[in-house]
Amino acid sequence: MSSTSNKNILNTPPTGGERGTVIKADKLTKRFGDFTAVDQISFEVNKGEIFGFLGANGAGKTTAMRMLCGLSLPTSGTGRVAGFDVYKENEKIKRNIGYMSQKFSLYEDLTVKENIRFYAGIYGKSDKFIKDKTEFILKQLHMENEADKLVKALPLGWRQKLAFSVAIFHEPQIVFLDEPTGGVDPVTRREFWSMIYQAAESGITIFVTTHYMDEAEYCSRVSIMVDGRIDALDTPSQLKKSYQAKSMDEVFLKLARKAARSESNPTKTA
Amino acid sequence: MRTLKFLLQKEFRQIFRDSGILRIIFILPVIQLLILPWAADYEIKNIKLAVVDHDHSDYSRQLINKVTASGYFILTDYTSFYDDAMRQIEHDKADLILEIPMSFEKDLVKEDKAKLFLAVNAINGVKAGLGSAYLRSIIQDYNGEVRLNWIQFPRFNPETNIEVVSSNWFNPLMNYKFFMVPGILVLLLTMVGSNLTAINIVKEKEIGTIEQINVTPIKKYHFVLGKLIPFWALGLLVFSIGFTIAWLVYGIVPAGSLLTIYFFAAIYLLAVLGLGLLISTYANNQQQSMLISFFIMMVFVLLGGLYTSIDSMPGWAKIITKFNPVSYFIEVIRMVVLKGSGLSDIKYQLLTIFGFAVVLNSWAVINYRKRS
Ligand SMILES: Nc1ncnc2c1ncn2[C@@H]1O[C@H](COP(=O)(O)OP(=O)(O)O)[C@@H](O)[C@H]1O
Ligand SMILES: [Mg+2]
Repeated sequence: MSSTSNKNILNTPPTGGERGTVIKADKLTKRFGDFTAVDQISFEVNKGEIFGFLGANGAGKTTAMRMLCGLSLPTSGTGRVAGFDVYKENEKIKRNIGYMSQKFSLYEDLTVKENIRFYAGIYGKSDKFIKDKTEFILKQLHMENEADKLVKALPLGWRQKLAFSVAIFHEPQIVFLDEPTGGVDPVTRREFWSMIYQAAESGITIFVTTHYMDEAEYCSRVSIMVDGRIDALDTPSQLKKSYQAKSMDEVFLKLARKAARSESNPTKTA
Repeated sequence: MRTLKFLLQKEFRQIFRDSGILRIIFILPVIQLLILPWAADYEIKNIKLAVVDHDHSDYSRQLINKVTASGYFILTDYTSFYDDAMRQIEHDKADLILEIPMSFEKDLVKEDKAKLFLAVNAINGVKAGLGSAYLRSIIQDYNGEVRLNWIQFPRFNPETNIEVVSSNWFNPLMNYKFFMVPGILVLLLTMVGSNLTAINIVKEKEIGTIEQINVTPIKKYHFVLGKLIPFWALGLLVFSIGFTIAWLVYGIVPAGSLLTIYFFAAIYLLAVLGLGLLISTYANNQQQSMLISFFIMMVFVLLGGLYTSIDSMPGWAKIITKFNPVSYFIEVIRMVVLKGSGLSDIKYQLLTIFGFAVVLNSWAVINYRKRS
């Protein structure tokens, strides 16, 4: 498997900023019974940015993302995505976003091509658009020979790259990626990030969760979630400066030490 | 419309690639229809009957002769006291009691009307239930004979009527399989229809693809139709396979129109698929879905009138059968297969089942949420 892009050097992430806000959350909260999974988070994401959403397992990343995607009804707070209200206009939001869930969500018993066709089709894309773009994407992924293979026959890294391509196939304004590189080998992870960069260059805003701290360095800005709250939010270099840390890993450990949720505190057991 | 096309395409592709589903569609009907009717059949010939005759008339003796001559019954007791017969039932020496009242002959001659009483041993419900159905059929037959004998005398009202309990059961050959196989076909359709739909959707919940669909701007009714249509077609396919087996193996050809049966089955499937859909909105995984389906199917089967005739059920059970779609289809399919009933005879059942379909599907659509 070769690289998905000739641009393998990930150096300067796009800054976005000057072109306006596409996601805005204000005191957004989700409670399950009396457990607060997401606790009054507030942030803004600018158009064209790669916004990293960091946090240990159980911090509340997936729950926060699901609220923004219209999959989960917030308990309180406000949120706007692509200019639409997360409470009332959730179906309008869906027309403008792509989503790659934490669980692999292509159909394993359909072929690569059939999966692309299906998802593109239910987004209302024309046959011509689907046909042309499918060819383009298969070439980009170097998967021309796999086009008619069942997805379950593909290795994990390929599947994740395919899932990402499917998530942005309909050319959304924003794409939400929930731990897209979980369990993927380092080489493929790098290739994956170069795909993310390409998408960002084409104008898609990226909202990505991860718990790999090295990936945080690739983001325009990162927020760090601890116990459902956002404890830090800035560019990676600014965060390292303010926490006097050499790496994002160190920043994270300094923050995570305060975590109360047992599963979100790996340092306790160490 | 285009959205629906993509959903259907995807669904049919998956179905034809799933060897599990194909096995259920083709093998389940064969197994059920080949084994079940035989498995319950062996003891049906020796139904133990106790007769309580208060009348001791010619007519009552004729009736008893006719019953015993049918070859299905063994007369275990002939008495004038109900308590004696009851004791037989208590000691499991009788499956059925036929009570002929004191005025049987008199009523029949004078008023062209007579009543008989049947009591069944609920311990062996299948045998007794079928026995009572057989017995009723013999009595109807006898009724016809009496009528024929009397027709030579010009009477004001030549119609005689021996009333047992109102029953639509009509199977002149008294072939047990003609009675059972159509009913089993209904159960088959119910199980396949509701179970396959429920499992299919719950599976998408489990693997997470449903979330991927929920995050698209797809309309709820698109999703629901995308699931209903394939399984509706599949249900009719299973039903056809079942009917072919019933014809090839048991020689069952409906006395009525096949079209009537298919029309009913098509509406019935909507109700059953709606149930499957509804189950899937409550169940989070396949085990839960199976458990709920299993429980519902159990009630459906036990209170559907397949083994135990609904007439012989206690009042509360009869009320439950009114909410059981299976009981309507079993009644209808027997009416059409055995009696040759047409659309106008089954319009009440048709409307009721249509009502079920509307309620179950609306409930499922309301309960299916794209957002939690
Ligand atoms: N549907 C739910 N019901 C109850 N608790 C939930 C539900 N979804 C998530 N949680 C809880 O909320 C917390 C945050 O979960 P999640 O958002 O998945 O975290 P992350 O994605 O950061 O690992 C976890 O403790 C999780 O158990
Ligand atoms: Mg998560």
